[in-house]
Amino acid sequence: MARKSTTQRVVVSTIGAWFFGFLIFFPILWMVLASFKTELEAFAIPPSFLFFHWTTENYATVQERSDYLLHAMNSIIIAGGSTLIALLIAIPAAWSMAFSPTKRTKDILLWMLSTKMMPPVGVLVPIYLIYKSFGLLDSRIGLVFILCLGNLPIVIWMLFTYFKEIPRDILEAARMDGATIGRELVYVLTPMAIPGLASTMLLNLILAWNEAFWTLNLSTSNAAPLTTFIASYSSPEGLFWAKLSAASTLAIAPILVLGWFSQKQLVRGLTFGAVK
Amino acid sequence: MGQITLQGVQKSFGPVHIIKGADLEIADGSFVVFVGPSGCGKTTLLRLIAGLEDVTGGSILIDGKNVVDTPPAKRGLSMVFQSYALYPHMSVRGNIGFGLKMAGLSKDETNRKVEAAAATLNLTPYLDRKPRELSGGQRQRVAIGRAIVREPKAFLFDEPLSNLDAALRVQMRIEVTRLQKQLGTTAIYVTHDQVEAMTMADKIVVLNGGKIEQYGSPLELYERPANLFVAGFIGSPKMNFVTGENAAQKGAATIGVRPEHIKIERDGAGGWPGTIAVAEHLGSDTFLYVDAGPLGMLTARYIGELSLHAGDRVSLVPDPARIHRFDASGNALRN
Ligand SMILES: Nc1ncnc2c1ncn2[C@@H]1O[C@H](COP(=O)(O)OP(=O)(O)OP(=O)(O)O)[C@@H](O)[C@H]1O
Ligand SMILES: [Mg+2]
Repeated sequence: MARKSTTQRVVVSTIGAWFFGFLIFFPILWMVLASFKTELEAFAIPPSFLFFHWTTENYATVQERSDYLLHAMNSIIIAGGSTLIALLIAIPAAWSMAFSPTKRTKDILLWMLSTKMMPPVGVLVPIYLIYKSFGLLDSRIGLVFILCLGNLPIVIWMLFTYFKEIPRDILEAARMDGATIGRELVYVLTPMAIPGLASTMLLNLILAWNEAFWTLNLSTSNAAPLTTFIASYSSPEGLFWAKLSAASTLAIAPILVLGWFSQKQLVRGLTFGAVK
Repeated sequence: MGQITLQGVQKSFGPVHIIKGADLEIADGSFVVFVGPSGCGKTTLLRLIAGLEDVTGGSILIDGKNVVDTPPAKRGLSMVFQSYALYPHMSVRGNIGFGLKMAGLSKDETNRKVEAAAATLNLTPYLDRKPRELSGGQRQRVAIGRAIVREPKAFLFDEPLSNLDAALRVQMRIEVTRLQKQLGTTAIYVTHDQVEAMTMADKIVVLNGGKIEQYGSPLELYERPANLFVAGFIGSPKMNFVTGENAAQKGAATIGVRPEHIKIERDGAGGWPGTIAVAEHLGSDTFLYVDAGPLGMLTARYIGELSLHAGDRVSLVPDPARIHRFDASGNALRN
């Protein structure tokens, strides 16, 4: 009896999990399907799920009308560059706050987080004007800079929590074992911090890749990353569902692949500390 | 060699004075235990010796050389932490050998020494496991292995057994003592378990509120406590203290007598009369907690079984030769 009810529960929860998983995944699936339809079919009511005329012409048009590779390159540079710089600044910052905290450390952390509470649109005009006077509009370096600043608080917070997890005792044990600061860093701290560093880097890459507010407002063509590239398909002249879907599919593909291959690392990193 | 001398060692954390001038002479090869109530500064004093904290004043000499400005890595001491503090990403072999690697020993030599240490501690089958794949007792042994393999001038232990269960604790206590005698290396051992202190130590340091109350062999502390604090701290159950008229008769402000030095008489007229509040029968011992009216609660111990129960009236007769006398400021009076 008891056994039967547990198998029932397993079946029910499995079905439930698949159902919700599918529900969450559905918009992405729908977008991918739409990208293979003709514009007419993409609008059709009732929509056809699988039995439509499959075509790749949208992808051809998208590539023709705009330079996908240029935008993809911009996305890589902007996301990668801002992540790298953010890590370079955040590692020492989080390090010092985790290992030699002062009375003010908590306040500084809170203050940094509070900068994320302000809506970015509140500073759009001043930033736009500053960028204009410095000639940073539509430049990769400008976008790297603003995204780096935008994500820095989150990166520092994440690293801080990871570093805090490393017991002081272990560092002291290394010191007692005769390790100099440099060797302590190489042999003990870095190997212990790598999972945290990796997941912080991944999360930040994804955030920067998908960031749309600043990239849309501060870039037009030369430095425009994939977000701007997608947006260019929802133009006042009319909505092109199929082409918009094709562009979006192309835009999320790289980060989706990256996320897929690193999901183990990501999940481990995001639950580190919460689940031992 | 591992002779350690503390001269007027002081430590403050900001405005808080934690160690208030400690003087201590630890002979080479001896096993010294720091005991005291929680928060009295045992760990702090040990960390000062290790070099993990900087002294605020005074000097620490190892083999005659002042080391207050020497970093921990160069003091030649090794430490076993309460949390074990093993490197989680290294195997047992890597953990034990880390110090040797840092010292620049060759791979072969390191392996040889690591394997010898592992054999001493019965860790050979686990050499290639990670710490998370070991039991608490095994982790503890790895931490000890890491300490002995470097052949330090002294071992520093900070409550190394407090995370183990009672049976394992007794076993490890014996192993640590045996190992220390066999190696002949100086050891400083922090604990607040007084059985550990009494059984392991050549000499005990009793700390209270950042001050050394007494330094001596276990039996010295038991037989001749220097003051009320040490008298009450060493020995279990605690020493009974009596003030007032009974003490004045002996020319003291307070007199103390240990539970095992009290004779229990069923209805004697002499001594201190009272009613048994609680009787504990352990078979090997009987402990009586007696309400002695104006004298307060007194504890008496009888070796073996004594068929007395709560509510029975008894009379407690202290052994006159084993009464400790203290003056008004709590210091022991010697005859
Ligand atoms: N880094 C520090 N900053 C401020 N105060 C500290 C610091 N380390 C210890 N203390 C204080 O110093 C006192 C002694 O601490 P210590 O850890 O030496 O006690 P202990 O005797 O080892 O106690 P326990 O038996 O509980 O381990 C405590 O009151 C503690 O709050
Ligand atoms: Mg302590």
